[in-house]
Amino acid sequence: MEQAAPDLERPLQPAPLEPLGHPDAGPEAAVGEEAEGAPDEEGPGDRTMTENNFCLKKIEISVSEAEKRTGRNAMNMQETYTAYLVETRSVEHIDGPSVLTDSLWRRYSEFELLRNYLLVYYPHIVVPPLPEKRAEFVWHKLSADNMDPDFVERRRIGLENFLLRVASHPILCRDKIFYLFLTQEGNWKEIVNETGFQLKADSRLKALNATFRVKNPDKRFTELKHYSDELQSVISHLLRVRARVADRLYGVYKVHGNYGRVFSEWSAIEKEMGDGLQSAGHHMDVAVCRKHELMQYDLEMAAQDLASKKQQCEELATGTVRTFSLKGMTTKLFGQETPEQRESRIKVLEEQISEGEQQLKAKNLEGREFVKNAWADIERFKEQKNRDLKEALISYAVMQISMCKKGIQVWTNAKECFSKM
Amino acid sequence: MDMNSLSPTMPTSPLSMINQVKFEDEPDLKDLFITVDDPESHVTTLETFVTYRVATQTSRGEFDSSEFEVRRRYQDFLWLKGRLEEAHPTLIVPPLPEKFVVKGVVERFNDSFIETRRRALSTFLTRVADHPTLTFSADFKVFLTAPDGELSAHKKQGPGLLSKVGRTVRAAALALRGVRGRPEEFEAMSGFIEAFSQKMGLLDKVSQRICKEEREYVDEMKELGPTHALWAELEDDLADTLGGVASCLDRCCQATERRLRGLAEALLPVLHEYVLYGEMLTGVMKRRDHIQAELESKVEALTYKKADTELLREEVGKLEDKLECANTALRADWERWRQSMRLDLTSAFAASAERNVRYYEQCLATWESFLATQSDLYAKEPPEDKP
Repeated sequence: MEQAAPDLERPLQPAPLEPLGHPDAGPEAAVGEEAEGAPDEEGPGDRTMTENNFCLKKIEISVSEAEKRTGRNAMNMQETYTAYLVETRSVEHIDGPSVLTDSLWRRYSEFELLRNYLLVYYPHIVVPPLPEKRAEFVWHKLSADNMDPDFVERRRIGLENFLLRVASHPILCRDKIFYLFLTQEGNWKEIVNETGFQLKADSRLKALNATFRVKNPDKRFTELKHYSDELQSVISHLLRVRARVADRLYGVYKVHGNYGRVFSEWSAIEKEMGDGLQSAGHHMDVAVCRKHELMQYDLEMAAQDLASKKQQCEELATGTVRTFSLKGMTTKLFGQETPEQRESRIKVLEEQISEGEQQLKAKNLEGREFVKNAWADIERFKEQKNRDLKEALISYAVMQISMCKKGIQVWTNAKECFSKM
Repeated sequence: MDMNSLSPTMPTSPLSMINQVKFEDEPDLKDLFITVDDPESHVTTLETFVTYRVATQTSRGEFDSSEFEVRRRYQDFLWLKGRLEEAHPTLIVPPLPEKFVVKGVVERFNDSFIETRRRALSTFLTRVADHPTLTFSADFKVFLTAPDGELSAHKKQGPGLLSKVGRTVRAAALALRGVRGRPEEFEAMSGFIEAFSQKMGLLDKVSQRICKEEREYVDEMKELGPTHALWAELEDDLADTLGGVASCLDRCCQATERRLRGLAEALLPVLHEYVLYGEMLTGVMKRRDHIQAELESKVEALTYKKADTELLREEVGKLEDKLECANTALRADWERWRQSMRLDLTSAFAASAERNVRYYEQCLATWESFLATQSDLYAKEPPEDKP
């Protein structure tokens, strides 16, 4: 940014961060907890609800079923997709019965739509991730097939987690579009599109393209970004290794199953050993673990959480900078003009600069407010992440323990069969 | 199981020891102990070969001394086996390890080819020593006791080359002719041998496949612990938990490797030996059939010849005796072999199952003690002081 003229000394610095939202709105209503009391010309005030406030009422959300459907897509071609049943129950008292209040079918693309909407309207919030669009860590002999029952099951769980996390977020849970997602099946897509959030998303993308590195990025965000980067790479690596290990272990179990078959055949020719071999063989068969017992979803969810967090962090750390360049003004200053013309130009310029400074101040304030809220959400997210991951690790240990116990049982039985022969 | 024991009195595998204890007619009179060890490479201008030390301890009177030590190479073992088969065509002579390396047969990750062969050779000699008839073979004694130079001289004393060739030609002719009527008991035996060989082959393959899969599993697993440890470095709150998981994974990985070694060293050799036994048994059946075919052809000759029938009748008589002896010997040895086989295989599988149980118990203990340190979250109680 150039200085317009030597006597304009006030250094103009870009705001460290700028919240995105309505391009010409005042302090965003989306920022801060006072969403309900939002003043607003144009904030998403009409998108918050004061009635059904999910955070105050206890609700249960579940994605209980998945169904294959065929239909026609936008290009009028027939396609097969999976639809998920989203059920909402409200619980009036703590130990009371839950009453089914809403139930409707949604497909993956609608979940995506909801999430993209939330991303645009709540830029400083860590929006929970969706499960993968395609199977990324491919398990043993599973093709990356979206119709595969294991994949569908994992996705179902991921979708449920997504909804539960949104519902338990102090700010997101109040969003009307979210509420409608759970309660109104027809026409929901149109309502979302009517909010015009896609335009905002577009302008946001444009703004991102126009950024350049900030001069004084907030150190905390930079550190967080580093941490995110490293963490994401460690976890991706971990998940890949786990997938390979589970694959191999599955292979080992599967081959053991062959013992069962051969023992059975062998018992046919060996009279004295017959019974023993048969039962030993049977035990070997049981030892084969089902595929999904070897999988563990929680960690994958955490990885995705962090992946999405990282993306948002990147945006926060590099920031978007609204620059207004004084370049356009210089030609006017140094053009061919009479002193009087120049005088009036300078005056106009001064006014514009002062206006600009005001805007800058406001933006700075906004920026600081934004940072404060963003950081608060990040702290919340961090704690949640630590809790979730610790739980995931512990349940991994629990799973190992149950596998060991099962192994002990199977092989003790097999040993007895052999010893009796 | 101490494979490198220097004491010649120690049998090379507890399994064969169990065999000896159970299946000698007089268990406390085992009087011949053999070990095979110390492989050494020899390079001459013509060839390279390996010799093994064969050490014997015995209290038998017919041996000049109570301890012997000689060096033998694979060829010598082959010779001994050939002599035993010739002298006792219908006894079940134990198998030798294969002559050549067949790709995939040898589990390469912990045993070199030589080590596997050494163990198999040792098993061979111990089985011969335990066999009620073979153990008294003169060739066996020579093999165990003759100083190295003398053995080659002794080997040359066998039937001449020409007569060997003659015999082979006749054998081929008889084989073509085939056996007219195999007694039913041997028909059943033959059927069993075929099925048994097939099953053993399958078990052998399955077990080798398991070893291979487990090897790959261990290799992948080796990365799990370090990955968690790496992650722990990035965290503060989670560092403890992650470090705990990392060390559990490392310990389980080591346990898995131990289990794999046990599988390769204890189960696989037994299964493989019995695959080879299948081939031995097929050979025994062939030789028995051959004797019967000889008799039948002589009987046929007798039917059609008009003169010299006295001589022929005598020969037929001898052959009838020969067949009778062969059948009896086979019958007895068959029973003995069956019992031995059942015991060997069931104890090998039982031991393998036991190893697996212990493996899972170790892993279980590891994870449970980790969980105990995470008790504040696991038990969902208020946080206690961590131990």
